[in-house]
Amino acid sequence: MLNPYRIREDFPILKRRINDHPLIYLDNAATSQKPRQVIEAIREFYQSCNANVHRAVYTLSQEASELYEDAHEAVADFINADNMKEIIFVRGTTEAVNLVAYAWGLHNLKKQDEILVTLMDHHSNIVPWEILSKVNGFKIEYAEVKNDGTLDHESFEDKVSRRTKIVCLPHVSNVTGVINDIKEVAKIAHDHGALVLVDGAQSLPHLPVDVEDLDIDFLAFSGHKMLGPTGIGALYGKNMILEEMEPFHGGGSMIEEVTFDTITRRCLVSVNTLPWKFEAGTPNVSGGVGLMAAVKYLKNLGIAKVKAHEEILTKHAIDRMQECEKVKIYGPIDSSAKCGIIPFDLKEVNSHDVALFLDRYGIMIRSGFHCAQPLHEIFGLKSSARISFYIYNTCEEIDRLTEVLKEIEQF
Amino acid sequence: MRSISDYVARVEKTCGEEKHFIVILRYDRKNEAIARILKRASIKKSISRMIFELAFGAVSFRLYETGKAIFRNIKSKEELQKVLASLLL
Repeated sequence: MLNPYRIREDFPILKRRINDHPLIYLDNAATSQKPRQVIEAIREFYQSCNANVHRAVYTLSQEASELYEDAHEAVADFINADNMKEIIFVRGTTEAVNLVAYAWGLHNLKKQDEILVTLMDHHSNIVPWEILSKVNGFKIEYAEVKNDGTLDHESFEDKVSRRTKIVCLPHVSNVTGVINDIKEVAKIAHDHGALVLVDGAQSLPHLPVDVEDLDIDFLAFSGHKMLGPTGIGALYGKNMILEEMEPFHGGGSMIEEVTFDTITRRCLVSVNTLPWKFEAGTPNVSGGVGLMAAVKYLKNLGIAKVKAHEEILTKHAIDRMQECEKVKIYGPIDSSAKCGIIPFDLKEVNSHDVALFLDRYGIMIRSGFHCAQPLHEIFGLKSSARISFYIYNTCEEIDRLTEVLKEIEQF
Repeated sequence: MRSISDYVARVEKTCGEEKHFIVILRYDRKNEAIARILKRASIKKSISRMIFELAFGAVSFRLYETGKAIFRNIKSKEELQKVLASLLL
């Protein structure tokens, strides 16, 4: 079992007091806090071996290049990818989805094609496809979500067909914490000849993810939600598919060579090997180094233990919050079927009021649509309050949250 | 002559179907701004003078002694500016 009190020692920010109260950070689905091991890795990089990566012959650049490549290897190992060729570093989940949309979708989706998304998707897995659909004219189908926030598998199976070219869905809902059965979905999608893109932003930090076992084609995720720095994330793609895809951004690093043809007066471009083919320009090297430190930290803890810890917190929170008369929790309440994300509302008090009230007591939670407006429409909510846990949260923090929620009820 | 920006550090539209605005007062003028607001708005409820439920004409809002306020159901930023001007200047 994880010892959150021991873990908290690694997180300098958790020693802060906000509005004269100890900081209770419950917005981990938005971003996680950073352990000193990650902060130190970034500091050490800039202090000792900062240089631009690849193609330079001097020592610093070679050291930086090795670290940056090691970071790719570490991420590949973390999700059980074949090798680092399948790991493309991007800014985060949003950029990873856009990469698939533009480097694969733009060239492969035709007017008669369909793609299948779900109504529980984050806007970042909806909007790129809606934009691209205006260009290519393909149809977007949306799989329904049941009233309890789980995916309607019947609707999913109804909507997937031979016309479906790609199925996009979250591994874990960023609103309800619902864990989707990706293995089953991938099997159905593949049986119909469709690729599978999984938004792993809320799963990678919290539960074991094995791309080989899940048999998915793409996995998008963000480093900052899994203890790493902001501005770094990754796209996993099956080697064979990535090889066939067109580049996303053009520029330095992603090319093998650019030669000028004096007859046609055009430049001939040959692209680099994977994964660099998709990493144009100077990459976020320090971000990669920080992400590698984060991955190592999570591996040392054991990601299965992270999931178990969050189950304890989720169960405790659901039990305690149900003591509040005006609190209504949305989504499933079985803590084993979900990650540590709980959306709720408080009768007659809007979610932003709840968040501001809690902030007064040093408790940080999220309010709003959480970039998933269609799902809120299903729940009939104008917005919701959301708490989300991570490795450093404790049952005592949840008790304090409950006390303040009861105070809000009295106000 | 003082302006709204002398008292207000940031205004954020809330994310959600409701159209509310969060107003964050400048830390160094927070106490002065809160005193001005409390003088002009009517107090509906308060907890230990830390959190105030207030009304100003047809506008309802909640003010925290931390320097944050939520103004509810305001149609536009322009309308909010008018309310803030009346409360602060």
